[in-house]
Amino acid sequence: MLTPRREDNLTLDGFHESYSVHLDKFEGPLDLLLHLIRKNELDIYDIPISTITRQYLDYIKLMKDLNLEVAGDFLVMASTLLHIKSRMLLPLEEGEEGEEEELDPRAELIQRLLEYQQYKDAGMVLEARALLGREVFSRTCPEPLLLAANNEEGPLELELFELVDAFRSLLIRIPAETFHEVAAAESFNIADCINEILSLMQDRDMLHFDDLVNEDLTRERVIATFLAVLELCKLKLIRIFQGGQHGNIWFVPAVAPDSAEVILT
Amino acid sequence: MSSLAIIIESLIFTADSPVSLDRLCELLNEYEREEIKRAIAELVVSYEERNGSFHLVEVAGGWQFRTSPEYQQYVTRHIKNKTVKFSPSALETLAIVAYRQPVTRTEVEFLRGVDCGGVMKTLLEKKLVRILGKKDIPGRPLIYGTSKEFLEIFGLKDLKGLPTLKEIQALDEVPHYEQQEELPLGQTIEIENELPFES
Repeated sequence: MLTPRREDNLTLDGFHESYSVHLDKFEGPLDLLLHLIRKNELDIYDIPISTITRQYLDYIKLMKDLNLEVAGDFLVMASTLLHIKSRMLLPLEEGEEGEEEELDPRAELIQRLLEYQQYKDAGMVLEARALLGREVFSRTCPEPLLLAANNEEGPLELELFELVDAFRSLLIRIPAETFHEVAAAESFNIADCINEILSLMQDRDMLHFDDLVNEDLTRERVIATFLAVLELCKLKLIRIFQGGQHGNIWFVPAVAPDSAEVILT
Repeated sequence: MSSLAIIIESLIFTADSPVSLDRLCELLNEYEREEIKRAIAELVVSYEERNGSFHLVEVAGGWQFRTSPEYQQYVTRHIKNKTVKFSPSALETLAIVAYRQPVTRTEVEFLRGVDCGGVMKTLLEKKLVRILGKKDIPGRPLIYGTSKEFLEIFGLKDLKGLPTLKEIQALDEVPHYEQQEELPLGQTIEIENELPFES
């Protein structure tokens, strides 16, 4: 979700007055914690856990008072904080003082905060780069020319994601099921679909996704075909391509048809 | 400029996406790879010396002419900038995927402390992130990585071109915590003095 960018200057001084603004600003519990640490100018390696926990819980309480939905992630962090706090209240066992610094109950949380901070900064560094289409521009071909070029160049390699998308759009086109109708006894078998696709492939070099299901467009049929296509990909018998952006999806045999048959039988 | 450099210039000029060295070698099979490499270097230098509004740069494993950021304000007067806008959550997620790939959604969510389903979907739709496959652990979760488009948009030669996390940390080194002693931390200091270290 691309929400509007947050303002750079965060101040929580007016915490209670301007809560509604701040609520949008935290990307999650870690972000909130980092903010509390920075606001109080605390040392991240030595967080006064009780202060932070209190402020954190105040914040959650505020969210609840406002009848805002408190995301589960925030509650998980609240319980983590309380757990750390309770562990820190336990008496120190004698003779083992200061032996292993890592066993500070806060260590894991600090680690996570530091890591989170790092990626947050990395994100900002990335954003500060000169981006294509924002600061930097390349020569662009007009759309029709680009399409023509793509068509000539032949099919594009396709990502699985786009195949799933094509499948979804196909499913949407299928009329809603009418449940009172008694389904015909005919059932689709993925193996049959695979064989059908392979035999169609022998006649033609390229197959269109829609060709496979056109003659009878039912949910079962489309699903069985889709699974068959995935299976064929897995067996490395076909390759999937797309003719240009938003173009049709094509299947091309990955191996010679004869050898495909040998593998199947 | 050598004739080969001029030929390569024509190919890169007319291409609509970065042209890789491999592709150039394929198109110009009458030339040696080394010759082509040298000719590209020659071109790069010639554009640098010219010091015009655009340069030949290496992005996403290929070569492309790109304008310098200084001319952004003029270019955008007649070309609508396809405003690449990133929300903080999209940036965080993208950074984690970029630096930790191959990475599962659960790992990203652990690092961010929040659900990332929606953001991940947007990044996939914008083709900045792609599915690399499935991880061989129970549940076979999808693993994600950054795409070629990511490199193109962020102007990176390859993933090694990403600023290292250490460099990023160095930028942030101006500590926010310098004045810690002056803070009225009162009771909390007492608590931290008696940290319960376990064995």
